Amino acid sequence: MSFPWAKTYTPKHPFMVWMDEKLPLPRLVYNAVGGGYEVPRNLNYFWNFGFLAGLCLVIQIVSGIVLAMHYGGDTRVAFNSTEHIMRDVNYGWMLRYGHANGASAFFVVVYAHIFRGFYYGSYKAPREMVWLLGVVIFLLMMATAFMGYVLPWGQMSYWGAQVITGLFSAIPLVGDALHTWLLGGFAPDNATLNRFFSLHYLLPFVILGVIILHIWALHIPGSSNPTGVEVKSESDTVPFYPYFVAKDGWTIGLFLIIYSLFVFFMPNALGHPDNYIPANPMQTPAHIVPEWYFWPFYAILRSFTQDWLWIVPAKLMGVLAMFAAILVWFFLPWLDRSPVRSGSYRPLYRKFFWVLVFDVLVLGYCGGSPAEQPYVMIAQIASIYYFLHFFVIVPVVSSIERPDPLPFSITESVLGHESAAVAEAQA
Amino acid sequence: MAHDAGTDTPTVIDGEGVRRRDFINIAAVSAAGVGGLTVLYPLISQMAPSADVLAESSTQVDFAQVQPGQAMKAVFRKQPVFIRNLTPKEIQEAEAVDVSTLRDPQTLKERTKPGHENWLITMGVCTHLGCIPLGAGEGEVRGEFGGYFCPCHGSQYDTAARIRKGPAPKNLEVPPYEFTSDTVVKIG
Amino acid sequence: MIRIFSILAGLFFVGALAWSLLWDTIGFAHDGLPNTVEKAFHEHPRPLKLSSDGWFGKFDRKQVKRGFEVYNQVCASCHAIQHVAYRDLADIGMSESEIKTLAATATVNAKDPLTGEMKDRPGLPSDHFQAVVYGGQGTPPDLSLITKARHGGAAYVHSLLTGYTNQPAELLKRFPDAKTPDGLHYNPYFANLNIAMPPPLTSDGQVTYSDGTKATVEQMSTDVAAFLVWTAEPKLDKRHQVGFWWVGFLIYATVLGYMSYRNVWAEKKGH
Repeated sequence: MSFPWAKTYTPKHPFMVWMDEKLPLPRLVYNAVGGGYEVPRNLNYFWNFGFLAGLCLVIQIVSGIVLAMHYGGDTRVAFNSTEHIMRDVNYGWMLRYGHANGASAFFVVVYAHIFRGFYYGSYKAPREMVWLLGVVIFLLMMATAFMGYVLPWGQMSYWGAQVITGLFSAIPLVGDALHTWLLGGFAPDNATLNRFFSLHYLLPFVILGVIILHIWALHIPGSSNPTGVEVKSESDTVPFYPYFVAKDGWTIGLFLIIYSLFVFFMPNALGHPDNYIPANPMQTPAHIVPEWYFWPFYAILRSFTQDWLWIVPAKLMGVLAMFAAILVWFFLPWLDRSPVRSGSYRPLYRKFFWVLVFDVLVLGYCGGSPAEQPYVMIAQIASIYYFLHFFVIVPVVSSIERPDPLPFSITESVLGHESAAVAEAQA
Repeated sequence: MAHDAGTDTPTVIDGEGVRRRDFINIAAVSAAGVGGLTVLYPLISQMAPSADVLAESSTQVDFAQVQPGQAMKAVFRKQPVFIRNLTPKEIQEAEAVDVSTLRDPQTLKERTKPGHENWLITMGVCTHLGCIPLGAGEGEVRGEFGGYFCPCHGSQYDTAARIRKGPAPKNLEVPPYEFTSDTVVKIG
Repeated sequence: MIRIFSILAGLFFVGALAWSLLWDTIGFAHDGLPNTVEKAFHEHPRPLKLSSDGWFGKFDRKQVKRGFEVYNQVCASCHAIQHVAYRDLADIGMSESEIKTLAATATVNAKDPLTGEMKDRPGLPSDHFQAVVYGGQGTPPDLSLITKARHGGAAYVHSLLTGYTNQPAELLKRFPDAKTPDGLHYNPYFANLNIAMPPPLTSDGQVTYSDGTKATVEQMSTDVAAFLVWTAEPKLDKRHQVGFWWVGFLIYATVLGYMSYRNVWAEKKGH
């Protein structure tokens, strides 16, 4: 948001003046991530994950484009061309490991970004649209990551494609037709691989587009902050440049160190050995699991083992629940009626938030384990909490909770009451 | 923002401090720049030929069956190579030319190996725009100068595969090669 | 309104989960934890130390080359390493002429570049190892990627090769139906305990090492495991080396970035 005290872009060089008249791109950048964007001064490190997520997308697009220069999207050559990249292409191993671990890094960062939103109530008015677009981005990421995992055409690629497209066959009446249509056949084959490659190349650019909308929508009310108290005066904000450029900048370094440790020293730690076996449509691996970032949702899917109310088949229930587990996020701005945004001032909500974090970790652990006892029962209990949390606890708590007193302003939360009064008077 | 109360920084910053701070900021931005440039290296070098392509860059050809006046084609780096057994007449024709009149002055001797002067080994790639000239295959047109003729844009090569007429700027390229025996040549 | 609807939807899912949980708990109370012969008798690979382990690991090329000799004299009769090309062997210390001689022993069916027909010709250094035709029971997997395609990697290969034993009497007592079928061999490191491959390394001196190392079964199985790490990840040395310098640079740049961040924020209290 353009607060009245935000600096305006004033080009000095004649060329920049000319440019500003014809195509005010520098002005756009200045107002988006430069000195013209005023940001709450009290953002903590959880606010860095948005920027890092953008970096991850850039890493994925750049490494993906160069990998596509060597990859062959054909079932006869896909696996071998992947190995060709690993062995013969100059720095191919770095590009491929960078891309595979880049997907994991992207999800780590985005999960942190989403849970930041849960804790600090970032989804609440006036930022509902920012949140809705964010959920859309997450869904697109899931689709992109899934299709990318199919491309090397290893055993997990193939059986992942089989199982995940199989979800759609649970839909009553049209399910089987839809399933066949998605695959372009009766089992994953060349048609499937080719369309997945095409879409895997397309979707990141769609994500990029939605990210632009996400940031646009964010700039209308301006960034939220850890107190949840809206910006009141000039002393509450600092310009994005240089303050948050410097802060995001050094955390990029920190992020790249951790990411590079995976790429160079444990590149297969997050992968599954079975994907180094070429796809074999005649033999299912003993233990099919998706990539780790899908495990919580996979656990929910597998938790439904009985037909429900004698009419809803367990298979359909699992699929419905898995989608509902994410789609409910779309309704969050209206389910949570508490006028207080930040979990820091919501003692009851905060407790449930931490239970949710633990619950999702448990779901993830179960989702990555074999579909047998005791994991199924644990996953069922964890899934029950997951649905209670979003569908029941969030709406109920927001009605009955007595929030803690909020600070008067952002400045006060940073400097304390006395100094803040001085600073605000000066501002 | 010096007007912020409660800061522990002196409002008057001495020159030494400013310079040190600027230095760190410049160093940090430079390091980011160096990092960015470093990342470009693998991104660029991945487009260069990969190890399997480079591994195919030498080939051995047995040319025992090529009679004088005939030629054969071989493959080197996925491109045709012409191996031609020149007749004494063709050698004579090539040597009779005044080298200084040529667009790309070279004698036949410079284009063959000592002891194998009758073996003319050149790339079968026209130096104009890369078509394959005619003249190496059985019954193909050899052009006005009895060597090779490129049908794409009409370049004419003589019996030493030198450009004589047409748009090509250079003689047909002689690849690096050596004779490993009297009937086998290793190209590349 | 939306919240009432949400609570009802939530209870719908929770009900279905509770219903599933109820039946699964009853089943669990009846059956207990899954008890299969694999769960009871499958063993994790014994630890194996190789010089390529760890963040600073590098191949012991002499060992990898010995491992290749084991592969070539024993494993190669049933298992291929199709992702490896003969030229790659230069990396483990084979000379150009050795590679050429070795490659020429293979028959490669390839397209003649001049005529376009498929023809048999002797292998060249640029060719990959060829598929192995195997007529016996089971399907010997390609070994190029085996250490990345199995949990435990090299340790798995080593344990499997040295892990053949008789079926424990206790196993047959607890699972009378689990007797190893004829033609298969009991090996507790194999996923389903019964493997079609007969013990491949059985006696000392089975392989003749060119460097004169005494070929004990332990030596051969360790060497071939080291070789299969190399076939699966030939760029491991380079990866570790590049990673070391790159991460070092990143740490330097990040420290500078942090100092710069502190500078920029110096006037803002609380950060």
